[in-house]
Amino acid sequence: MSTLKTMSTTEGPTKLMPLKNKKIKSKKSRGLDILVHMILLVAAFASVFPLLWVLSTSFKPATEVFSNVIRFIPAHPTLDNYHYVLTFKNSIFLTWFKNSFILALLTTIISAFLAATAAYSFSRFKFKGKNTLLFSFLLAQMFPGALLIVPLYSIMKVYGLLNSYTGLVLAYSTASLPFCVMMLKGFFDTIPVELEEAARVDGLSPFGTFWKIVMPLSLPGLSVTCLFSFITAWNEFMFALTFMNGEDLYTLPVGLRIFVNQFQTDWHYMAAGAILITIPVMIVFLWAQKYLISGLTAGGTKG
Amino acid sequence: MLKKIKQTWVAYVFLAPTVLAMTAIVFYPLILGITYSFTDLDQYNMGNKFIAPSWQWVGLQNYRDLFSSMTSEFWTVALNTLIWTFTNVFFHFTIGLLLAVLLNRKIKGRAIYRMMMLIPWAVPSFVVAFSWRWMFNSEYGVINLSLLALGMNTVPWLAQKWTAMFAVIITNIWAGIPFMMITLLGGLQSIPKELYEAAEVDGAPAWQQFFQITLPLLKPVAFTATLLGTIWTFNMFNIIYLITQGGPYRQTEILVTYAYQEAFTNWHLGIASTYGVVILSFLIAFTTFYFKIAKQDEAR
Repeated sequence: MSTLKTMSTTEGPTKLMPLKNKKIKSKKSRGLDILVHMILLVAAFASVFPLLWVLSTSFKPATEVFSNVIRFIPAHPTLDNYHYVLTFKNSIFLTWFKNSFILALLTTIISAFLAATAAYSFSRFKFKGKNTLLFSFLLAQMFPGALLIVPLYSIMKVYGLLNSYTGLVLAYSTASLPFCVMMLKGFFDTIPVELEEAARVDGLSPFGTFWKIVMPLSLPGLSVTCLFSFITAWNEFMFALTFMNGEDLYTLPVGLRIFVNQFQTDWHYMAAGAILITIPVMIVFLWAQKYLISGLTAGGTKG
Repeated sequence: MLKKIKQTWVAYVFLAPTVLAMTAIVFYPLILGITYSFTDLDQYNMGNKFIAPSWQWVGLQNYRDLFSSMTSEFWTVALNTLIWTFTNVFFHFTIGLLLAVLLNRKIKGRAIYRMMMLIPWAVPSFVVAFSWRWMFNSEYGVINLSLLALGMNTVPWLAQKWTAMFAVIITNIWAGIPFMMITLLGGLQSIPKELYEAAEVDGAPAWQQFFQITLPLLKPVAFTATLLGTIWTFNMFNIIYLITQGGPYRQTEILVTYAYQEAFTNWHLGIASTYGVVILSFLIAFTTFYFKIAKQDEAR
């Protein structure tokens, strides 16, 4: 990279290349560089603006939010909106936070278990119907939630699972499963099978091998899978809206709607709530994104 | 290639929990949903813990109602869905590709640009929807206030069909670019540098290198990314539901939001299932067609 850098600047030493030619080229590429920077700046600005605007709104008093003046930095910054969001109706926001957290955590545990066992089987064994199963998993990713939600609703009604964590966790546990299985399968494929063979020779059962040898080695892959399941459940809206009735049972996405309805919209409270929900997810996401991307591309191309 | 272990019973034991879960939560409901599309299911006859279901078969009635323009808005909604999906994926891809190409150059501050551009992906979609709904607010939204500041008229964005459609599409384009950009960037980085060096020696100009090297070699990645993008956009519920709720007067509904409202606002669960089946058929037809094109392309 450093050699390329020196070559593109005129000050750098020019090796073997005719001086004249080099100068023309670098002038042209400098103009291009400026254009590239301009486009990237616009794109970067457009990418962060909406969230920054919500952040700015969250620190404004109502008089500034509902005014005709555009002000990026609040004239009278305040934490009142955050205080209100965290305390109104006996801190119901914290109840929603708890609901979202428990649901996401249970979902993560169940889908990590399911994904790890299934991915191990796909990675290590040859068996009848393997390709059909893999294909049907991929196909399942295509099923619209809008088609599954009616039958799931009626099943849960019959079994009395509406308005319960159990029902929603069950519905969530398979949502990220196809993706997680693909990603973990890719990860298991990179672990040499010789280790397991050695463990088997030493008398470990297949399940012991899986638990004591494979799982510890795949902690990085497993943690990314967990993160993905957690974020999927944390962000889910449609099922939570439909299956959970009653303010005490809401998750964060459903609860946040309280501030935004047809008759009265408290944008300043909505903004504070949105920031509180987004910041933790965003930090985790930006940290894990490179693993997610490799998983996505591996799942898409290898199959 | 890995050596595969041949004890198949172990494989089946490891697979059992997942297969069980997928059957109970995905495949069985799928069959049930298809079944419901031939019934008059609603909230009274669906049964519960204590009362047995009492719905009736209605044959193809739901499908006839759905496709006849007298009784349903299906064709309008289907057209909306096509516009929604096509516009979104088109701009996701073109803008995503442009940004990926730019980010693939050795320039200063690349890591920071990349990080900033990934932010829309990291924001939960319901927060995305609320943020843009606030910006499109007709009285105090930053977009209308900016128009005023520039001496233009304000627009009642969410109160008329096409401006509302524009608003939800812009929102979703914004949210979907990072995935496309980052996937395509991965594809670009896997193209061997030697190809470009050779083209440089041959004196091929940059645009020619782009069309003769970059685009053809990017095809497999672009294929996967646009396929996934199309399916996700087609099924995207949160953005439209939370920004316009399909309004004004159900004019910005797409198939999935329409199906949802049929089910849980109007409680026409049978019709909603019919919509579900039609959505799935669309997606299966599209995917099959897409794969076919890709195969023909490979053969050439």
